[in-house]
Amino acid sequence: MRYLERRLIHAMLLLIGASVLCFLLSDLAPGSFFDEMKLNPQISPETVAALRSQYGFDQPLPVRYGRWLKSVLKGEWGYSFAYNATVTSLLVVRARNTLLLTALSTLLAWLIAVPFGVWVAYRSGRWHDRLSMAGTSLLLSVPELVVVLGLLYLVIRTHALPVGGMVSVGFDQLGPWARMGDLAMHLVIPVTALVLASLPILVRHVRASMMEVLKAPFIQAARGHGIGQARLLFRYALPAAANPLISLFGLSVAGLLSGSLLVEVITGWPGLGPLLLEASMSRDFYVVIGVVMSSTLFMIFGNLLADVMLVVADPRVRAE
Amino acid sequence: MGTEQDKRAIKPALVKTSALSKQYVQRAPFSRKKFVIDALTEVDLEIAPGCMTALVGESGSGKSTLASCLAMLETPDRGEIWFEGDRISCWDSGKLAPLRPKIQMVFQDSAGALNPGFTAAEIIEEPLEIQRRESGRRLRARACELMGEVGLSPDWADRWPLEFSGGQRQRLAIARAIALKPAFLILDESLSGLDLSTQSQILNLLLDLQTAHSLTYLLISHDLSLVGQVADFVAVMHQGRIVERGPRQQVFTSPQHAHTRELLGSVRILESAFRTAQAGGRQ
Amino acid sequence: MSMPSDIAPFDPSPLLRVRGLAVRYSGERQSAPALHQIDFDVAPGEVVGILGESGSGKSTLALSILGLLPANAGVEGSIVFQNEDLLRIDESRWKTIRGAKIAMIFQEPGLCLSPVMRVGDQIAEVLRAHRPAGRKLRQLECEGILREVRLSDVDRIYKAYPHQLSGGELHRVAIAQALSCHPDLVIIDEAARSLDATVQAEVLNVLRGIKQKFGSALIFITHNPALLAGFADRVIAMYAGRIVEDGPVRSVFRQPLHPYTKGLLQLVPRDWQHAGSNPQRLLPVIPGSLTDLDRSTGGCVFEPRCCARTAICRGESPHEVMPEPGHRVSCFNHGN
Repeated sequence: MRYLERRLIHAMLLLIGASVLCFLLSDLAPGSFFDEMKLNPQISPETVAALRSQYGFDQPLPVRYGRWLKSVLKGEWGYSFAYNATVTSLLVVRARNTLLLTALSTLLAWLIAVPFGVWVAYRSGRWHDRLSMAGTSLLLSVPELVVVLGLLYLVIRTHALPVGGMVSVGFDQLGPWARMGDLAMHLVIPVTALVLASLPILVRHVRASMMEVLKAPFIQAARGHGIGQARLLFRYALPAAANPLISLFGLSVAGLLSGSLLVEVITGWPGLGPLLLEASMSRDFYVVIGVVMSSTLFMIFGNLLADVMLVVADPRVRAE
Repeated sequence: MGTEQDKRAIKPALVKTSALSKQYVQRAPFSRKKFVIDALTEVDLEIAPGCMTALVGESGSGKSTLASCLAMLETPDRGEIWFEGDRISCWDSGKLAPLRPKIQMVFQDSAGALNPGFTAAEIIEEPLEIQRRESGRRLRARACELMGEVGLSPDWADRWPLEFSGGQRQRLAIARAIALKPAFLILDESLSGLDLSTQSQILNLLLDLQTAHSLTYLLISHDLSLVGQVADFVAVMHQGRIVERGPRQQVFTSPQHAHTRELLGSVRILESAFRTAQAGGRQ
Repeated sequence: MSMPSDIAPFDPSPLLRVRGLAVRYSGERQSAPALHQIDFDVAPGEVVGILGESGSGKSTLALSILGLLPANAGVEGSIVFQNEDLLRIDESRWKTIRGAKIAMIFQEPGLCLSPVMRVGDQIAEVLRAHRPAGRKLRQLECEGILREVRLSDVDRIYKAYPHQLSGGELHRVAIAQALSCHPDLVIIDEAARSLDATVQAEVLNVLRGIKQKFGSALIFITHNPALLAGFADRVIAMYAGRIVEDGPVRSVFRQPLHPYTKGLLQLVPRDWQHAGSNPQRLLPVIPGSLTDLDRSTGGCVFEPRCCARTAICRGESPHEVMPEPGHRVSCFNHGN
């Protein structure tokens, strides 16, 4: 238990440090939410000043930070000026949407990458391997932006899928199955974009790790015992090759809330990405901090998960 | 044997330890349990100058830990070490530094002990450079000289260690070890994993070098028959303690400790089977 | 090269019959053959020791019998096992032979077990590949075979991972794994190398017991002649990919005919009482070492290191003769 205790304390300190840094950096950005209002001739400067003091923006930074911490403990995480609601209420909805997208694409990407990587490692040196490597290199070099735009272009041309957004208009009138279908259709483009973006790296890592393990003497010894090829690959080689992949999986989990910003913004998916963009533009201070902190939370959790999984999966690490 | 060995034994010990002890503590992840391993317990050893002292024991008996402590690569928890009459166990690293060239070590895994990114010549030149014994062209010349001395062709000076065979790599490791003209050479299982023929050749090389450079050897091995061929003195280790010690003849013909008898017993069985086969009898 | 019918077999129908086996690795450095004109038989239940230094081709021989040579190896000749030429069968047939009829114990058994699987499961995998049976039955069989190799505390060993076991235990687990399907032929490649003497003796005892109980033939590959005495029936000495001598152990050890075999036998440590009588304490050696040049020479491969060489040895490669029944040698000056 000592190990976990230490890691949790670590995580707490990290979160506090991140929040302080976030506060400081956000404050450095010129202007504030209320400056927009100043441009509006109908609102008097006194109203603006009153609003500022109401939201505590005339207080020094440490005091604001203290207030924010209290708000976090209350479960509110501050207040959004633009939406006139607690940050928590905003975050929950948006994070759910983002997680739907990223969890699905991460799962899909791994489900494709692992068997494909194993197969390519098995056929290493042959034309299947060369073709796949060329393909992944191509995908790696194409920016995510171009991939999404390309997909959107295709869809617009063919009218095959709805473009943008998470649900169609009139979603509420649909029955449960129809709703799922509608959601699924909207998911296709962003999920495809995300999967294509992360696939090459995963495939290459699986391939590299597998190739390393396939050279090991115990694989040849198992062949010498008459173990079949498929079993050799998946029951013998893959578990031994899993260590770097587990760390990579932890990173995948870590990026669940932060990796999809570009795709969400372009396809209009109502997730944390567009929220962050909007809030940064309009200086919606506490929303920005809220989004960043929730991403940080996932990062820390993801890394911790990877470390714990490593200990559970590899008996050699347990023995150290 | 006889008077030659006795003469050497009468001189004061080159290396001496007294009540040397070392423990390792391991902690399992996710638990508070601690494992304490007594690697060395109250080890008293004397190594006579100019002789080959053998340290015999099974894996886990503490031989390598003792070697590391003698080579000053690890510090013991308790006990003292004397080298050439000085009590070095209480010296700090600054005072120990000039002593390091005098105690050198040859390891078991030659592939792991030689930097694969260095050529053979660079491997031998490295200690000479660090200790500022030679420089420039003399450095290379000295490296080739040493290669010749250990039976390697100087033409191979620019080859990578992995291009050498196991036996050749050990010769390279020995060349590196004698580059600084040490007084004391620790051979930690350096002959394990080599063919019998390579073993014999390298043992002969070591014996020649011993006469040429007045070296003192500590040969650590689990192979009793190997030790029986060349050692002057033998110390047997078991579970971190020295259970028997003495001149080779004495230890091998009249072993006192049960563990020594056990080790000798297995070796004798193999050897007697071999002699019987050679005599043409049935087993 | 004279051969086939001259071999006086232990048994008229040998379990394994190797004829004209030659292996050549294609690549930049290696142009000389790894194995050259290998002919020998193994009778059912016979223990054949293969003796030689590193580089003599022993491991290549072992791998070719199991069809595990790398893709860049060119193989010629025939390896007939139970009336089937192993060099002409396909992969699916190999799967029924490897582990089930012919099994191999590799060097460094610790490295030949998966580090992330329990040892008992790994033995069960071999059973699973060859014998359809339920999991419970497999587990019982595994525990049975672990007891056969004289491992006490079978429960702990079954559930252990390789890094939790000692060298001797790992060797015995490897033996258990190889024997789990009761193969007719077991190839042991340098087992007991760098093991403590007590453990070495025990491993040999286990092998002896196994041979008696199951009647499997063994091919025991080693560089140390002492391990073969009292254990092997026959010994084959190899040098630079060729067989230089082949005969019953008693015959070869009592009167080695080839200078190389003689040299190898001399290397076995002498009785220590007399070791000190030589004032220089120098040990007997076979001078020099095997180089790539020697392999492609026209004359005898061993000639550069031979102490009994004569003029003819440099020019011609010796053919095989059989001075005693069942004992053959390739040397112009055999017995000198």
